[in-house]
Amino acid sequence: MDFPENLKYTKTHEWIAVQGAKAKVGVTEHAQKEISDVVFVELPKQGQAVQQSKPAAVVESVKAAFDIYAPVSGKITGANKALESNPGLINQSPYVDGWIFELEISHPAELNALMSAAQYREMVLQAPKH
Amino acid sequence: MLISQDDRLSFEKSKSGRRAVTLPSARFSGESPTKAVSSGLLRQTSIGFPELSESDIVRHFINLSRKNFSVDTHFYPLGSCTMKYNPKVNEWAARNEKFTALHPLQEESTAQGMMEILWELEGGLKEISGMDRFTLQPAAGAHGELTGMMLVRAYHASRGETKRTKVLVPDSSHGTNPASAALFGFHVVEIKSDSRGRVDLEDLKQHLDDHVACLMLTNPNTLGLFEKNILEITKLVHQHGGLLYYDGANLNPLLGIARPGDMGFDIIHINLHKTFSTPHGGGGPGAGPVGVKKHLIPFLPGPLVEKAGGSYRWADAGPQSIGRVKLFHGNIGVMVRAYVYLKMLGKEGLRKVSEAAILNANYMKECLKDTFTVATQGPCMHEFVLSIKSLGAQGVHAGDVGKRLLDFGFHAPTVHFPLVVPEALMIEPTETESRETLDLFIEAMKAIADEAVSDPEKVKTAPHTLPVRRPNDVLAARKPILSYRDQLREKMLLAEAAA
Repeated sequence: MDFPENLKYTKTHEWIAVQGAKAKVGVTEHAQKEISDVVFVELPKQGQAVQQSKPAAVVESVKAAFDIYAPVSGKITGANKALESNPGLINQSPYVDGWIFELEISHPAELNALMSAAQYREMVLQAPKH
Repeated sequence: MLISQDDRLSFEKSKSGRRAVTLPSARFSGESPTKAVSSGLLRQTSIGFPELSESDIVRHFINLSRKNFSVDTHFYPLGSCTMKYNPKVNEWAARNEKFTALHPLQEESTAQGMMEILWELEGGLKEISGMDRFTLQPAAGAHGELTGMMLVRAYHASRGETKRTKVLVPDSSHGTNPASAALFGFHVVEIKSDSRGRVDLEDLKQHLDDHVACLMLTNPNTLGLFEKNILEITKLVHQHGGLLYYDGANLNPLLGIARPGDMGFDIIHINLHKTFSTPHGGGGPGAGPVGVKKHLIPFLPGPLVEKAGGSYRWADAGPQSIGRVKLFHGNIGVMVRAYVYLKMLGKEGLRKVSEAAILNANYMKECLKDTFTVATQGPCMHEFVLSIKSLGAQGVHAGDVGKRLLDFGFHAPTVHFPLVVPEALMIEPTETESRETLDLFIEAMKAIADEAVSDPEKVKTAPHTLPVRRPNDVLAARKPILSYRDQLREKMLLAEAAA
């Protein structure tokens, strides 16, 4: 399983790639496996304010619907429209083509609460296998 | 017995000019319809119905029905759905011309029999649930929930408490609960379950404030457990000014034993198509009557049946009513069936229904507890949840076990729900099954548990004996074909791609 070093991670299995004041968000490879085949994604709206650990998007599989939580607070500056016609991108390429939304970070200090790749890997591998 | 493999739609079997019925020409030989109806209203093109002979039609539908798993053909232990057997006497009554030929707009004085049935049914539901009045309009459970949310808002708005925008649901709740609340614009907040699968009181307290509009609960809950703290839960929510909504999906084990109204619930819906043995699922329609306590009666949809002297009349809704939620008086045929069920069983019979439902579930749970992991400890109510995780079967999911059960002649239980239990199978035998049927199911479950370890491929590729194997549910969700027109388009695209 892949845990890219350049990303930060949440306990709820989102990743965030920080580039200056902006960041891209998606779900981890582990999460896409647990969710199974994604069939629908509800993207946040441009300009929408999101709060850390509060739902920002919804990912639906044939199993169930899952809230995707914002890793940090901010304002939505973009969403991956490609997911609307091809939600399976989240399964095929969770870290690259399957990104979900982009935001402008409002409280950079919140990033400190997130996990590193090593910490997240430990959490996932230690958890009882589903 | 080979079931016809001809999967074509009736439209595709159509042959121009083929007929099952010959219209009596004499009856239509008078004035031409083109003269009686203005030209703007006349259809210019063919209506496009399939043209088939009587034998084509009969074979088409009989063969379709033979592919079906239903409560009339198989044991159907679908947890949280109460797929009990529907007695045929219900059908006999509902199809009686004296009911089917009634029109909802006809004079009250000529519909007294039906109105008496509605009045008596409401009386029965009131007595069973401990509520003060019911609207029979909602067409199903989720419709009842939406109606309930409308009542919640109307109640708080009437008191000027418009800031109450939060609806609490436990993490094991039916998906329709948060969906209904969100659809009506409420902000949904999830409450955690404790280690024993019940509402976590501490977490509940954390979320109680003057923004809470309502707490939605099933009791027994989705894990098949009675909420032992229910009186404390309802007291806490009431203390903070919120209302309590009871989702009646799991009412089956409580008939004549405990009443949601006595537990402190303000609003309840009852699924007549679950607890009261009316047809269910694709065979519906359903009915989700909504009952309320006194303080919410002014907000109910109208009209409601009133009894005065020896006769019945329709009483219009008052000024605070949320208004109609369905045309006329709801799915009336379902009411007749539920009324017959109530009257056939009576008070003592209804209590026995619940006792047998609880006994059957506990019997199965005890027989399966050493093979699978039971998600809860101690006795259950009318259903229980197993996890297949402990089997240690490579790559076999709960859904695969469900599919394999079809080969053994059983409908699958609810799978992968509730979400709080990994690899869950949720089993509800209901009271209408015999000990022999339960034993056969238990044997099948044990056999599949063995197979899952010794021959996992067999389970993963099940069913092996049915005309339909594994429909591609991912493709169906991503690219749904919802009409014949869509199907034609899809076929054309495939043909083009092939050429």
